[in-house]
Amino acid sequence: MCQVDEEYDSLLEQKSLPAVSKKCMKCKEATAALLIRVGDAFCRVCFKEYFIHKFRAMLGKNRVIFPKEKVLLAVSGGPASSCMLAQVQEGLSRDAPKKLRFLPGVIYIDEAGVCGQTPEEREKAAVQLENIFRMTGFPYHIVPLEQIFTLPESVLESVCSREQVGSSYKAAVDQHIRTELIWAHEEPPLEESQDAVAQLSLQASTYKPEHTLALEELFSSLKTLTAKQDMLNTLRQHLILHTARIHGYSKVMMGDSCTRLAIKVLTNVSLGRGAALAADTAFSDSRYGDVVMLRPMREYSSKEIGFYNRLFEVQSVFIPGLDTKAANKASIQRLTESFVVKLQADFPSTVSTVYRTSEKLHTACPPQSSTTEPAPKCLLCLCALDTKITDDASAFRATLLSKKLSRGPLEEKKHSDAGCCQGKEQACRDGGCCSTSRVPAATDLKSLLCYSCRLTIKDLTAVDSLPPYITSEAEKRQRRAAMKKEIGEFLLEDDE
Amino acid sequence: MPIQCSSCAKHRAVLRRPKTGHSLCKSCFFWAFEEEIHQTIVSARLFNRGETVGIGASGGKDSTVLAHVLKVLNERYDYGLKLLLLSVDEGITGYRDDSLETVKRNQQQYDLPLTIVSYEELYGWTMDAIVKQVGMKNNCTFCGVFRRQALDRGAMMLNVDKICTGHNADDVAETVLMNMLRGDIARLRRCTAISTASDGEGAIPRCKPLKYAYEKEIVLYAYFKKLDYFSTECIYSPNAYRGHARTFLKDLEAVRPSAIMDIIHSGENLSVREGVKMPVQGTCSHCGYISSQALCKSCVLLEGLNRGLPKLGIGKRHQLHDKILARQALTKHEEKKLKAVDF
Repeated sequence: MCQVDEEYDSLLEQKSLPAVSKKCMKCKEATAALLIRVGDAFCRVCFKEYFIHKFRAMLGKNRVIFPKEKVLLAVSGGPASSCMLAQVQEGLSRDAPKKLRFLPGVIYIDEAGVCGQTPEEREKAAVQLENIFRMTGFPYHIVPLEQIFTLPESVLESVCSREQVGSSYKAAVDQHIRTELIWAHEEPPLEESQDAVAQLSLQASTYKPEHTLALEELFSSLKTLTAKQDMLNTLRQHLILHTARIHGYSKVMMGDSCTRLAIKVLTNVSLGRGAALAADTAFSDSRYGDVVMLRPMREYSSKEIGFYNRLFEVQSVFIPGLDTKAANKASIQRLTESFVVKLQADFPSTVSTVYRTSEKLHTACPPQSSTTEPAPKCLLCLCALDTKITDDASAFRATLLSKKLSRGPLEEKKHSDAGCCQGKEQACRDGGCCSTSRVPAATDLKSLLCYSCRLTIKDLTAVDSLPPYITSEAEKRQRRAAMKKEIGEFLLEDDE
Repeated sequence: MPIQCSSCAKHRAVLRRPKTGHSLCKSCFFWAFEEEIHQTIVSARLFNRGETVGIGASGGKDSTVLAHVLKVLNERYDYGLKLLLLSVDEGITGYRDDSLETVKRNQQQYDLPLTIVSYEELYGWTMDAIVKQVGMKNNCTFCGVFRRQALDRGAMMLNVDKICTGHNADDVAETVLMNMLRGDIARLRRCTAISTASDGEGAIPRCKPLKYAYEKEIVLYAYFKKLDYFSTECIYSPNAYRGHARTFLKDLEAVRPSAIMDIIHSGENLSVREGVKMPVQGTCSHCGYISSQALCKSCVLLEGLNRGLPKLGIGKRHQLHDKILARQALTKHEEKKLKAVDF
């Protein structure tokens, strides 16, 4: 099919040839050391300045981090998040007045339990990262993924934000500057906090072998790599959120680069996550209420980060992930990544165009207010549910219809019986719903999930391998839904 | 061992549905496929009783299946529609002349009246002549813009209430990806709509009844129904950039068959931030057709062809619209940029 207006072609196809012995386009004196974009040659010094400025500008422009606020930096060991850590260090090392004013902490989620590393490799990676973290002097938390089996149900609840962000920002900064002046006369209690750091970091990093087994079981019962990667993302997010909450961090910084975000935009569109696209890729994501996720690296391309890390010796650690060494077409995420990277090589504006497209979108979830009943949220990803069936035609409705039409009367019966067991033994054997375990069947879980998370759970063969905090929260919500249904006729509907 | 149809559990299954993975027998597949399109038409309220509906027919698989299914459903569910076929002759020797033969056969097979409008009579240019001037690059722009308007003009001549086209789920998903890649936020928002707004002046509403039908199922349907269709790629080079999106979509479908529907679901649920600049629909001051600029794309393209400056309409050159309207000559420098490039 041909489409009108292929007008961006000429723009997209422009490619520049690197020129040798070019002058820096900024200072116009020093010899350029690198080309960051088409035609933009920078010398070492100007590049560093440009890079650092961009980080502060991103934080300054958005004005969401308050003075003395505790901010958790999510570091995976990869180039982008390691660079983010280096930027925060840089921002804190500077002298006043432009010094960053928040209190950072570092979190690393150790995912070796699902990525097939030997305990020795696992240990080695953790030690490497710990060395990097220790050098920063920031408190750090190394959390094994196995800890999802000890999470409380409350992780899956979105908490109403305590304060209205934005309006009081200036007042808070002024207040901070005043107290800062008073502090300057006394010695800041630095050593004390350093001690606390060392204590903090050691606690959480243990895990039980049975949890490693349970984790392996969960991931082996996910049939596709697409679902595994999606599940890993969700669980990692829960762990970070939980750690932030128990240690009082109200902001979390994620190291997503522009390149990563462009890949994420297309991946999420392909996974059916369009409704939450803006929240998943924006600078700040406040879906959890009390803890806000920030993406301060979103304006750097992976190439810029690579250059910076190399020129200024930022250490990063290579840790194999779920899709390391996987084929290009092994999963939707992997496929999208190779598609974007290849296209970017031929059309250098691909990444920035996709990234800018996502900036023009906004979240479908309405902002939460404390007065109204919160809109139902997905059990796993906590975004607003996009599975409401309306009278209009929609892809969701069409998919349900296709399934219904190609399913015969036999299967139809099986499905309607699942979970309720109306004395039909045959159905019980199939669905396993009469067993004593209180785990809800997959079909029940579905009603609590968004479109995309349903796809992931569809690929899960054993629902009971999910960690307890998910299954018990699911039960809780189902009980509440059943309760609401029972008393439905007495409730006064508020107009939406 | 033969597999049983999962729907009726009586007959032998002959195919596995690309959309759901279920194994079905021939008659259950036909029924499901047609019923789904019927449900789409009903739930999206695409037609009203008594309307005249023009089916954009190219002779290809999508429009052939669309014509067939609409005729079947119109009789089965008594929509009360007057159906007719509308074809556009772009003037591409060795491609369109052959496919139009298929449409003519369809006309007899389905007993539907057929009208053909040609680029030559509407614009005075055939695609062959355009390609001669423009070259192999960018000619899809001319063809696409002209076809859209030609279909509208043909529909107006026939006094049609609605036009429907054979765009399928793959096409819609591909367009979502394409618009993300190009950063075209206005089209991104519009492209998943099943029908264009009917309140727009001057334009006849268009709809896509096959929006949720997989391309592979359309081929399966045509294959088992033994429908007569034309399947050759256009002889002029297909667009490279869109080709990337198409390949990507096919790869996604191979990894997870529901990906096509998932992308459409995403597209339907995207919402555009307030304050993002959107083009405003107006009318072309030359021909009166809908346009977001002073001149519609088709008039600019035509002007370029007639002036011997084919690149006039390629890319964004709104600053030249005033000059064209005032029938002024362009400067030497401007002209130089707009001449066809020789390779």
